[in-house]
Amino acid sequence: MVKRILTVDDSQTMRDMVAFTLRKAGFDVNVAEDGTKALIALSGGRFDLIITDLNMPNMDGISLIKNVRADSRHRAVPILILTTESDEVKKAAGKKAGATGWLVKPFSPERLIELVHRVCP
Amino acid sequence: MSLDPANPLAQFRQTYFEECAELLDALQSQLELLSNGGGDEETLHAIFRCVHSIKGGAGAFGFAALVAFSHVFESLLDAMRDKRIAATPDVVPILLRASDALADIVSAARDDQSLPAGFAADITVALEELLGAAAAAAVEAPALIAAVGTPTGAPVGTPTGAPVGAPIGGPTGASDEIRYRIEFTPHSEMLQKANEPLLLIRQLHRLGGLSVEVDSSRIPSLAAIEPEAAYLSWIFTLDTGAPQSAIDEVFEFVEDDCDLRVQVLHTQVPQLRVPEAGVPTVVASAEGSGPATAPDATQGELHVAAAPSVHSIRVDVDKVDRLVNLVGEMVITQAMLTEQSSLLPADQYPVLIQGIEALAQSARELQESVMAIRAQPVKSVFARMPRIVRDLAAILGKEARIVTTGEMTEIDKTVIEQLNDPLTHMIRNSLDHGIEPPEVRVACGKPRQGTIHLAAAQQSGRIVIEVSDDGRGIDREKVLAKAQDRGLVAAGAIVSDEEIDNLIFLPAFSTAEKVSNISGRGVGLDVVKRNVQSLGGRIHVQSRLGAGSRFILSLPLTLAVVDGMVVSVGSETYIIPLTAIIESLRPRPSDIHPVVGRGDVLALRGEYVPLIYLHRSFSIENAIANPCHGIVIIVQSESAGRLGVVVDELLGQQQVVVKSLEANYDQVDGVSGATILGNGRVALILDIARLREADGQAGAMRLEPGGARRFGAIDQAVLH
Repeated sequence: MVKRILTVDDSQTMRDMVAFTLRKAGFDVNVAEDGTKALIALSGGRFDLIITDLNMPNMDGISLIKNVRADSRHRAVPILILTTESDEVKKAAGKKAGATGWLVKPFSPERLIELVHRVCP
Repeated sequence: MSLDPANPLAQFRQTYFEECAELLDALQSQLELLSNGGGDEETLHAIFRCVHSIKGGAGAFGFAALVAFSHVFESLLDAMRDKRIAATPDVVPILLRASDALADIVSAARDDQSLPAGFAADITVALEELLGAAAAAAVEAPALIAAVGTPTGAPVGTPTGAPVGAPIGGPTGASDEIRYRIEFTPHSEMLQKANEPLLLIRQLHRLGGLSVEVDSSRIPSLAAIEPEAAYLSWIFTLDTGAPQSAIDEVFEFVEDDCDLRVQVLHTQVPQLRVPEAGVPTVVASAEGSGPATAPDATQGELHVAAAPSVHSIRVDVDKVDRLVNLVGEMVITQAMLTEQSSLLPADQYPVLIQGIEALAQSARELQESVMAIRAQPVKSVFARMPRIVRDLAAILGKEARIVTTGEMTEIDKTVIEQLNDPLTHMIRNSLDHGIEPPEVRVACGKPRQGTIHLAAAQQSGRIVIEVSDDGRGIDREKVLAKAQDRGLVAAGAIVSDEEIDNLIFLPAFSTAEKVSNISGRGVGLDVVKRNVQSLGGRIHVQSRLGAGSRFILSLPLTLAVVDGMVVSVGSETYIIPLTAIIESLRPRPSDIHPVVGRGDVLALRGEYVPLIYLHRSFSIENAIANPCHGIVIIVQSESAGRLGVVVDELLGQQQVVVKSLEANYDQVDGVSGATILGNGRVALILDIARLREADGQAGAMRLEPGGARRFGAIDQAVLH
C-alpha cells in the first residue's frame, strides 16, 4: 500500500520541495501550511508519517506534535521535524514533545528519502 | 530559469523567489508595526518566521551568502523573541537596515549577481554586536560576499558522511570489518515517539552481518502487561566495515530514550559467527524478529476520507491572463449570439432564446468571477509607502508620518502592478514640496510632524486613491508666474484656481528652485499623470495655500471590461462608459445657448453644460447635427465636470471587452480603447475626460483631422 505522508510547512518552497521529492519516490503526499491545517488534514484520514517544520504561524510544530501524540488515532504516527543546525534547543523541544526524529535543513532529496524509509516502515 | 539536472529541486527556485518577495513584504510591514510601537509578541514571531523561511530555502539552493546573513539576522530575532534582547528604539532601525540588506542579497541571488565587496558588512557587525556574539566568527562579511557571486544549483547535501543506503545484506567477512556488540534497551518514551525497534534493527542490518538476541525476561504476565510500556531489550552483534559513527546514526533519534552501549569486540572478524550464550535468548534474524512492542492497537479505527481541503493555490499569472482573454472572447461571441437571437421570432425559437439569455447571465458571472481572481488588495502597494516616507524624511531633514486607510480595497492585479511608481512619486512629491521643515511648521503653528494621508476606496465602479498632506499647499502665484514664463499660459489670461493647480501636471513643470534628487530624478508629475492615464485613470489636485494639497487619483477596477452605452453617430457606433453617464435627454431648442469661444451650452436645471458634438469631433457625415433631433448624453468626468455629448441615437447597454488601441494601432485622442460588437464591427470607446480636453479648448480644436477615416482603417483583424 502506498504510504501517505503529511508535510507541514508555512514555506511554500519547502512544501513543494518535500512533496515533489517524496512523490517521485512513490509516496502519497499531502501538504498543510501550519499546525492547525495539519490537524484538519489528520482528522480526515490516516497518515503513515508527518514531516513538520517547527516555526509556523497559528500553530507551531511543537504544539502540532503534542496534539498528534494526544490523539489516540494518530499517536503512533512517526513524526519528523525539520530543523536547521542552529536549532539544537528546538530540536530537543521537538523530541521531548514526541517527535520521532529530525531532518536538518538544508537536505538533499536522497537524505530525505533515506530518513523517511528509516522511520516509516 | 536554468534547470540543473544534478539538482531536481532547482525547479523550485522560482517559487522560492516569489515566496521571498512575499516574505520580504510581510517582514517590512511587521517591522513597520514594530517601529510604530504597535507590535506585540506575535509580531516578533512573524518577523522571525519570515527570515527563518528565507534562510530555509536559501540553504536548499546553496545561496551561501543568503544563508549566512539570514542566519545572523535570525539569531538576533530569536534572541528578541526569547526576550533576551528588547525591541528598543535603537534596535528597530538596525532591523530595518538588515531587512533592506536581506532584500538586496535575495535579489542578488535571484539574478545571479555579485554584491560589492563588503556589502552588508556593517549591518552584519551591528547585528552581531547586538547579539553580543563576537564569537560568531563563522559569519564573517568577506566570506559572505565571496559566496554571493557563486550561487550553485547544487544542494548543500547531507551533512554527515554516513554511508547510507549501503547494499542490503552488507559486506561479509572482509578482513577490515569490526565486530561490535550493541546493547539496546528502549524506554517506553521511545515507543511513544513512534520509534520502531524493528526499523532500527533493519537499519543495523544494512551496515553488515547482524545477529540479534532478544531479552524477553522482563515481559510480565499477560494481565500485568501495559500496552505502552517497553519490556524487551536486545543485544546485537554486528560485523561491519562502516565506522562507528554509522552505528551512532542509526540510534541518533533514540539515544535519549533508551539505554545504549556500543562496544568493539574484535577488530578482526572471524568468519564464523557464534552467538554468545548465558542470557535466556531468542536468536532470530533481523528480518524475522517481530517485537510485539509497537503499541498499535489503535490503528484499527481508520477514517478514509477525501484529501484535506486546500484553501488557496498559487497560479501562474499567465494562466489567469489567458483565462481573462478567453472569457473576453467568449463574452464577445455571446454578445453576438444575443444580438442575432433578437432577430429570431421569439414564438418559434423560445428554447433557443431562453438558452441564449441564460448564457448571457452565466457569461457575465463567469467574467466577474475570473476578474475577481486577479483582484488584490492595494495593501501590497500601500505597505511600501511608510518606509519611503521615513527614509525620505530623514534625508530631507523633515518629520513626517503616513496614515493609510482602505488598504483592503481590491483592484485588478494588472492595475496594482502599475500603481507603485505613480504612488511612490506622489508621496515623494508631497514630502519634498508639500511638507515643510519642522521649524517652518512650528512657526506656522502646525505640529512639527507632517502627516501624509494615503486612502483608497471604491466609488461607483472605480477605485479612488487620495494622497493628501498638511503641508504648504500649492503656491498659485509662483505656479502661474512660472507657467507664464514658460509660455504655458498667455499673459493676462484668466485662469481659475483649479486650473492653476493642475498646471503642475504639465510636462517638465517643477517649482522647486533647485532640482532635488528626491522628487526630481528627472521625472515630473506629468509622468505620473501619463502613467495614470494609461491605466484608464485620471488624476487631479486640490490645494489650499498653507493648509496642504490633495491628489485624487481615480482608476478603473479592471482594464479588461467596461459597461458601456452603445450610441450611433451617423453610420458610426461608439461606446460611452456607463460609469460616466448621468442621464440622457432630448433638449428643447430654447435650452441650447451658443457661448462665444466655448461653443454651445445646454441649460439643464439651472446649470450650463457644455455640448460636445461627436460628429464634429470625429468628422462624421450624415449625422444629426441638431441636438434637439438627436440625444444628449450628460456625462460626468473628474477633471472637466459635466458635459453633454450629442449623438444620434442610443442603441443599448452592453458589457464590452476592451481592446487596447495603443497596443494594436496607435493612441487616439478622446478614445480610450476599442471593442468588437456582437455584429463583428469595431466600436471605439470614448474617453470622456480627454474628449473634453481635446474638444473644449478654444472650441475650435478638433481631434485629429480625418480621424474617422483613420478609425475606419482599423478592422477586426488589427484588434485581435
